Amino acid sequence: MHVPDGFLDAPTSLATGAVAVAGVAIALRGARRELDDRTAPIAGLVATFVFAGQMVNFPVAGGTSGHLLGGALAAVLAGPFTAVLCLSVVLLVQALLMADGGITALGTNVTLLALVAVVVGWLGFRAAQTVLPKRLASVPPAAAFGALVSVPAAAVAFTGLYALGGTAPIPLDTLLTAMLGWHTLIGIGETVITGFVVGGVVAVRPDLVYGARRVLATRELEIRTPQDPAGATS
Amino acid sequence: MGAGHGHRLHYHGHSRLHRAPAHLKLVALVGFMLVVVATPRELYPVFGGYALLLVAVIASTGVPFGYIGKRMVVEVPFVLFAVLMPFVATGPRTEVLGLSLSEPGLLAAWGLLAKATIGVAASLTLAATTEPLDLLRGLQRLRVPDLIVQIMAFMVRYLDVVTAEMGRMLTGMRSRGCDPRSPRHWPLLARSVGALFIRSYERGERVHLAMLSRGYDGTFRL
Repeated sequence: MHVPDGFLDAPTSLATGAVAVAGVAIALRGARRELDDRTAPIAGLVATFVFAGQMVNFPVAGGTSGHLLGGALAAVLAGPFTAVLCLSVVLLVQALLMADGGITALGTNVTLLALVAVVVGWLGFRAAQTVLPKRLASVPPAAAFGALVSVPAAAVAFTGLYALGGTAPIPLDTLLTAMLGWHTLIGIGETVITGFVVGGVVAVRPDLVYGARRVLATRELEIRTPQDPAGATS
Repeated sequence: MGAGHGHRLHYHGHSRLHRAPAHLKLVALVGFMLVVVATPRELYPVFGGYALLLVAVIASTGVPFGYIGKRMVVEVPFVLFAVLMPFVATGPRTEVLGLSLSEPGLLAAWGLLAKATIGVAASLTLAATTEPLDLLRGLQRLRVPDLIVQIMAFMVRYLDVVTAEMGRMLTGMRSRGCDPRSPRHWPLLARSVGALFIRSYERGERVHLAMLSRGYDGTFRL
C-alpha cells in the first residue's frame, strides 16, 4: 500500500523527496560496485521480479490481504544497493504508469519502502548472520529475520513522518499501535515467504544469492581423486 | 505475444496532449500536484476548479472517462482509510446520521479524498497519453540519472514477460490443486517465486551478454 498525494503536507513531501534523492544517489554508486556494467540489465530484471513478487497476495486478517513488499528479499538476493535501486524504480514505475502511490509522495514512498525497508532488512539479515552459525543453511532464517524487522520498521518510520507532516489529528499512540499491529501481521507473511524464497534459491543457485557470498567464500574447493582401482594398468 | 506493445494503461490517440513532449508533461504533473497538495483543504471551490481543469484536459485528449474511471480502483484502500478517519481522529465531535464523528477528522478525510483523487486522475491522464518509451526519453531529458532510466527501461520492457511467466506458474500450481493464497501452500508458492528470481536473473545475464555483443558501452540510445 503506497502513500497517495495529500496524505502528508507539502514540506514533508519535499523533505522526504530530498532524502530519497540522497539515498538513491548513494545506492547508484554502491550498485556499480555490486554489479559493475551488468547493473542495468540485472537490476532491471530484478526490479521486474520484485514487481511480479508484489502481486503475491496473502490473507492477513478479517478477509483483507497484504502483499509482499520485498525489501529484505531483494537486499538478500541482489545486495542492498541494487535492492534500493530496484525498489525505487518499481515505485517510480508504479507512480508514473499505474498511479499507485502519489507523484508528490514518491519521495515518501521511496524513503519508506526502498530506503528504510531495505536498509533495516539488510542490517537485520547481517545481524542474524553474525549470531547464526556460518553455514549456507543459516542464510534463509537470517533473511526471514531481516524481513520480520523491515516491515514494522517501515510502519514506524511512516508514523514518524505522519507526526511531522500528517494532515489529520489522529492520536499518535493510536496510529502507532494500529500501524505496528497491522504491519506485524503483514510482516509475518513477509517473513515466511522471504525465508522460503531465499531457501529455494540457496538450494539451487547459491551463487546468485548476494547474502550467501560471504559463506560461500569460506568453503574450500575440495578435489577428490578416485582411488586407483586394483588391477588397473597405467 | 500478440497483444499490443504499449503498456496496459496507455490509450492510443493523437490529441495535443498525446503529442506534447513527455518531459513537459512530467514537469506539469509534478508542478500541478505540488500546488494541489499545498492548497489548504478549506478552500472548497479551488478543488472544484482543479477537478474541472482535469476533466477538461481529459476531455481534450479523447480518452474515455470510463477508461480512467475503471483504473481509479488503485485508490480504494485509501478511500477506506479516509472513511475511518472521522471515527479515530480527535477534536470536537459532531452528529452525522446518528454517528459521533470528529470534525477535524471529517475535514482531513475530505482533504485526503480530494487530493488523492485528483492525484490519481492526473497521473492516469499522463499514463494514458504517454508511450512508455516517450516517458523514458522525458526522464532522460530531465536529467534523471542514466542508470535509473536504463533500469526503468528494462523494467518496462520485461514487465509483461516476467508477470506472464509468474501467471503461468500460478496457473500451473492451481491446476495441480494448489491454492497459492493459502498459508498451507506458502512453501510451494515460495519455491515458485524463487524459481522466478533465478529465471529473471539469468535472463538479465543473457540480455547483458546480448547487449555486449551488440556494442553496449554503458549508454542507452532510446
